[in-house]
Amino acid sequence: MNVDARATKNPAELALSAAFAAARNKLPGKGPVAALREDAFRRFDASGLPHRRIEEWKYTDLRALMREAKPLAEPARTTGKVAGLSGVEASCIAIVNGRYEPGWSDFNSHDPGIMLTELFAFAAEGATYRLGDVPGKDDTALSLNTAFMTGGVVLRVKKGASIEKPIHIAHIFAGRSGAAVYPRAVVIVEAGARLTLIESFDGPDRVDYQVNSALELVIGESAHVDHIKVGRDGDAALRISTLGVTVEGKADYRDFAFTTGGAVVRNQTFVRFGREGTQASISGATLIKNRQHVDNTLVIEHAASGCTSRERFRSVLDGESHGVFQGKIVVEPRAQKTDAKMASHALLLSDAAEADNKPELEIFADDVQCGHGATAGALDSGLKFYLMSRGIPEKQAEALLIQAFVGEAIEDIAHENVREALVQASVKWLDGRA
Amino acid sequence: MAFLEVNNLHVEVEDKKILNGLTLSVDKGQVAAIMGPNGSGKSTLAYVLAGKDNYKVTEGDVLLDGESILGMAPDERAAKGMFLAFQYPVEVPGVATMTFLRTALNAQRKTRGQDELSTPDFMKLVRDTAGHLGISPDMLRRAVNVGFSGGEKKRNEILQMAVLQPRLAVLDETDSGLDIDALKIVADGVNRLRSPDRSMVVITHYQRLLNYIVPDVVHVLAKGRVAKSGGKELALELEAKGYAQFQGEAA
Repeated sequence: MNVDARATKNPAELALSAAFAAARNKLPGKGPVAALREDAFRRFDASGLPHRRIEEWKYTDLRALMREAKPLAEPARTTGKVAGLSGVEASCIAIVNGRYEPGWSDFNSHDPGIMLTELFAFAAEGATYRLGDVPGKDDTALSLNTAFMTGGVVLRVKKGASIEKPIHIAHIFAGRSGAAVYPRAVVIVEAGARLTLIESFDGPDRVDYQVNSALELVIGESAHVDHIKVGRDGDAALRISTLGVTVEGKADYRDFAFTTGGAVVRNQTFVRFGREGTQASISGATLIKNRQHVDNTLVIEHAASGCTSRERFRSVLDGESHGVFQGKIVVEPRAQKTDAKMASHALLLSDAAEADNKPELEIFADDVQCGHGATAGALDSGLKFYLMSRGIPEKQAEALLIQAFVGEAIEDIAHENVREALVQASVKWLDGRA
Repeated sequence: MAFLEVNNLHVEVEDKKILNGLTLSVDKGQVAAIMGPNGSGKSTLAYVLAGKDNYKVTEGDVLLDGESILGMAPDERAAKGMFLAFQYPVEVPGVATMTFLRTALNAQRKTRGQDELSTPDFMKLVRDTAGHLGISPDMLRRAVNVGFSGGEKKRNEILQMAVLQPRLAVLDETDSGLDIDALKIVADGVNRLRSPDRSMVVITHYQRLLNYIVPDVVHVLAKGRVAKSGGKELALELEAKGYAQFQGEAA
């Protein structure tokens, strides 16, 4: 570590150092948790906020985008209701201002297959699960989350349990002025179990709050997991969400990130297929306008043979918005018979919108099928003319084509009501554009 | 009386003059064939009628039912009764054929101030027509033209025409790329739509299609204008003698 070689700290980095110094003895969690925090903060302090000269953050220069660090958010003083996904019945776990709030939640599951524990209560139980031992653990944003984590939950779905009703972890920022939250959640789906997990992020417009969230997802052998993340943050919010996923063998894992909200958003997903025969689809859709910046970054490690992964991302970029997709697939030497295909498509609705696509393959095995494709372009004028020549007015023709473009990504979601809710959310976004 | 009137039409595409004073009229209920060599302006005429971008009209006018349509967007023309069957139908990923048909029909009806067609009436209309054209329910569920063969795409164009019931149908080389069986199915579909209230402009390079869709009149296009008009026998004469005579004359 060469601390001296770094440039001068920016105001946000200075504020983070001061905040940690002030909070280190007050933050929840004792013993091992406190040690984790200290260690994580040291690592953050050594590297600082990631910036454009760090390859993984080239298109999302956090050091430039995050000029100040907001103070840690206070717990919410009121009780409120959580906005679910329309038409989707789910058991709701509310994380308000970065803390688990049972009063806001609607989690009355008596299902013996589910165990829900508050994050620090779980850590205090001396559980065997080691917090933070996930792919992506060296990431700076995750280190910051570990240093400051304000609260969250640990959810365990027991071996063989099939949870019919989706579980929804709803992150809400309920403050009136800018503050920072660092929620952390761990979801362990044991062998043979089934779960649909929804995660959502909501907050008010015109409040420059900051979210640095992390979810550790552990998928056991032959488990089926659908994870759908819906980003509907307020228009001034900065959010970084880290998802670290460990997948055992013969599992079925589908992940979908849907983003319409926030001023600056980065969804970073680290997945490791550690055992044979897993099928996975990691996809997403982003619809943004004005000066929104949304980055979906993936690192997918195929570390065992015979796993199939499909990465499919689509973004619709209007106004002066900026969409980023970075996808890296690593195939380790022992991961023969890997089948991995990645595609990223951006639809530019204005001349000022920008799309950056960076697909990467690192293949160290010789018997694999891997590929990637990336496109960025405007709506096809030939298609539009075809629709209009059939009597469909221009705006409606555009909406139909955009809807179809996004729909092709959304159709990857297995849960019918969730799929429908996101189709409706994109229709709403399109209505807002007209 | 004339339903479509094209008067002294001059059109440029990317500064290149394609139509050069084209004058043509098609009566109500009439089927007019337009023939001509490659580059004579046949497809340009079709696109200009439908209102495609990048076709610059420098002179002349096009009247549909007595009203100039040159200032209208393609969808407004469609609502007025214009339909173009494309030479190369476009694939529309993610939009199911059934959704596409319903959206188009209802958009036209809305523009015309009519109520939307009820779902059962719409379904019946589509199913009956699809049956005649050999279009399976599965194709109706699939995205428009995606993964369709050349023949299926052309049949899908005729299905759209049957559902939208235009007053003027322009068929741009509907025979291209079809084998004889597919050609018969498509021609049957077109013939079923012949009516005293519907005019048709059948654009083709070859006489073959006109054995199945027998025109009332034939116009020969050369160098961007009508070089000769006549009855259906003119098509046979062209088949025998070729287009060379007109390419010299029009110069």
